[in-house]
Amino acid sequence: MQTHIIIITLLALLAFSYFTGRKRSIATASLSKGRYNLHSRPQYYGMMVVLWAGLPALLILFLWTAFDSTVVSALTVSQLPEDVQALSEGKLSLFMNEVKNIVDSGNVSDDTNKQIAAEHYKRLSEISLLAKTVVVFVIAVLIILVALRSIKPTLQARNHVERVMTWLMIACASIAILTTVGIVFSVIFEAIQFFKAVPVTEFLFGTHWSPQTAIRADQVGGSGSFGAIPLFVGTLLISLIALTIAVPLGLMSAIYLSEYASARFRAFAKPMLEILAGIPTVVYGFFAALTVAPFIRSFGESIGLEPSSESALAAGIVMGVMIIPFVSSLSDDVISAVPQAMRDGSYGMGATKSETITQVVIPAALPGIVGGVLLAASRAIGETMIVVMAAGLAANLTVNPLEAVTTVTVQIVTLLTGDQEFDSPKTLAAFALGLGLFMVTLILNIISLHVVRKYREQYD
Amino acid sequence: MSTHNTDKIKAKLKKRYAKERRFRAYGIASLAISFLFLLTLMVNIFSTGLPAFQQSYIKLDIHIDAEVLGVTKASDREALFSANYSKLVKGTLKEMFPDAKTRKEKRARNKLVSNSASYDLRDHVIENPELIGTTQSFWFLAKDDVDVYMKGKIDRNLPEDDRRIKDFQLTWIDQLQEEGRLEKRFNTTFFTSGDSREPEQAGIKGALIGSLLTMLVTMALSFPIGVLAAVYLEEFAPQNNRWVDIIEININNLAAVPSIVFGLLGLAVFIALFGVPRSAPLVGGLVLTLMTLPTIIIASRAAIKSVPPSIREAALGLGASKVQTTFGHVVPLAMPGILTGSIIGMAQALGETAPLLMIGMVAFVADVPQGILDPATVMPVQIYLWSDSPERAFTERTSAAIMVLLAFLVVMNFIAVMLRKKFERKW
Repeated sequence: MQTHIIIITLLALLAFSYFTGRKRSIATASLSKGRYNLHSRPQYYGMMVVLWAGLPALLILFLWTAFDSTVVSALTVSQLPEDVQALSEGKLSLFMNEVKNIVDSGNVSDDTNKQIAAEHYKRLSEISLLAKTVVVFVIAVLIILVALRSIKPTLQARNHVERVMTWLMIACASIAILTTVGIVFSVIFEAIQFFKAVPVTEFLFGTHWSPQTAIRADQVGGSGSFGAIPLFVGTLLISLIALTIAVPLGLMSAIYLSEYASARFRAFAKPMLEILAGIPTVVYGFFAALTVAPFIRSFGESIGLEPSSESALAAGIVMGVMIIPFVSSLSDDVISAVPQAMRDGSYGMGATKSETITQVVIPAALPGIVGGVLLAASRAIGETMIVVMAAGLAANLTVNPLEAVTTVTVQIVTLLTGDQEFDSPKTLAAFALGLGLFMVTLILNIISLHVVRKYREQYD
Repeated sequence: MSTHNTDKIKAKLKKRYAKERRFRAYGIASLAISFLFLLTLMVNIFSTGLPAFQQSYIKLDIHIDAEVLGVTKASDREALFSANYSKLVKGTLKEMFPDAKTRKEKRARNKLVSNSASYDLRDHVIENPELIGTTQSFWFLAKDDVDVYMKGKIDRNLPEDDRRIKDFQLTWIDQLQEEGRLEKRFNTTFFTSGDSREPEQAGIKGALIGSLLTMLVTMALSFPIGVLAAVYLEEFAPQNNRWVDIIEININNLAAVPSIVFGLLGLAVFIALFGVPRSAPLVGGLVLTLMTLPTIIIASRAAIKSVPPSIREAALGLGASKVQTTFGHVVPLAMPGILTGSIIGMAQALGETAPLLMIGMVAFVADVPQGILDPATVMPVQIYLWSDSPERAFTERTSAAIMVLLAFLVVMNFIAVMLRKKFERKW
């Protein structure tokens, strides 16, 4: 049976068991003293049966499906001839890929080893599927029978159901933690592999980045150097350009909207600003590459400069505009949180509105604004599509905004979208970069969230 | 002395008021710059994208010659299928424009119509074998260069070396136009076919279906998980519990983690560890689920928090259990807010590109995906792929695809706003 057929059949079985459980509770109740003596309402008995049987069955089905191919592959490998097993890890995974291709396509391979392995793989997959079907349904049916038998008027079905519900909710809430753990582990494992091949110091302090490694030992060309300084500098340069655009514009917009604008203008202008935040980044990237970059190039040439066609400036400007609504909405929140009494005090001393804002409101709101700017910075550093499409691939170590630079995110995308083997330093470098990116943005986020929270408490 | 002071103050006051006006002007200017940028972006995209909704077609009168095809009316399907139809198309073009002499010119002549012409002809003949031996008129897709010229994107006054369409091609195009054999029509291909290497045959159907499947997976997972998590954190979680604090900090952090990092997670965990097929909407949906969960949880918590305690107390007072109170009263009342947040989260996911590049949804997929395990691409990735293509005709298609994507986002956000307006309650 295919997995989705198993799921559909299982769901049908569970639906049936729900009605059976419900009916049975009513039946047992009327046998004794009438249905008002049931501890819980009848549907809870049905639900209890469904939850007790459905959750374990679905869990087993899910885990089995998730680890199926890994286990079957490992079993197939263990049956391979010695000389094939002795292959390096990369070649072995290549071998297994071909074996899987043979199984999927149904072709016959010339290589007897592969053919035998493919047949073995196929047989094991079939056994696994059959076993999965049997195990899932046996467990489901057994639990349903036990649960149905246990139904009697004194059974506290509602409490059972609610206990399961609570645990289900806890599990859902814990997915956030699982995600973080998953991110950390997935980047750390590969990054450690990478740092075995390339020393940490070279990665952090090297000034030359050219990840092209020779695939065969006898090949001339890329020796592969992994000094990430040019990427860090490029990322910082573009983020800095973005922030010099976004912070003044966003902050002034927020000040105008919260302090000067009429309610009607505010109701119109705020959603308009939010539109900028809702446009997909790939659209910004397209605009940066197609319109802004050529404009900067022709403008630069007209005043005697020679901007590269993929300049850091184009990507930075567009990214800056993208995060304007981000800065403005966060600043708007903190500015509105400044108590009116502080403004009134300032007006009472004869200060004008702008003096009140620059000398009272902004200093009072500063921690919150800084927190917002840090969040915006973390967004700028992690932004991918704009830089992939508008900034270059060339890892130049420069702070000239008219030249092409590359960023951490661009390199992650380039390293992982081509042909890849999981164990070459080239692919692993992407995970090391990802680790760096995750750590930096995490630290920025924690600091800014902390600052913002502290600030809110101050005026609450 | 006193007049002197007043003058001084007056002068200073003037300055201060000027400063006040300047400050105000900065505010207006910064808003204006943002709006100007938004306007430029929209005008730019729309003006490049609109022509893509039209496509040039060329009418050819083709004599379906049984001898050239080597088939008869009685031939079976297979023979009809494998016959050489492109020879018919090329032969017709040769009769129409016999003046092509050099190899280059001959090749250009064959490239007036798209190479899909012979497939269209084939399908038509297979459907109607009785047409063999007759002469029929067909409207075929024009090749992208012809199409770009028809839309006025190639200036014929430029020196010949600077344009993609040469002088001899221009005379052919003029001749076709005079005979009424070349016209622009609504571009249905754009909505009914998948991706293609040939711009005139490329469409967004594959990407749209891919996006739809991915969004279905995302919605089916992120909505229930997000709502249950929010309900737990807001209603059931013990106060001042370390574990709960960690969960909260985690959710807030995940909301700000760069999306590309989720792509790395998807690659390392879902594809490498669990063996989910690459490029499939399933793995895309899983990654986007993890990405949108924080948004949905945060919005749902706010919605649940806004339900007044009196509702809970009333339900509890009537003997409902905590779970019954929550799911029977609090969650339904919070539903408009939850739905609004979820739709906004889904809109974000629909526009997301970076993590999907990591999990192989960037591959060239010409077929329309049939299920969540088929290789697929999604709208934003399709936009990225097309924007990389050198052909000019792809530029306008990229913009057109952006317009379609933006239309979806506008509709989703509009629904969210409507929901909020219609069901928002002031307690």
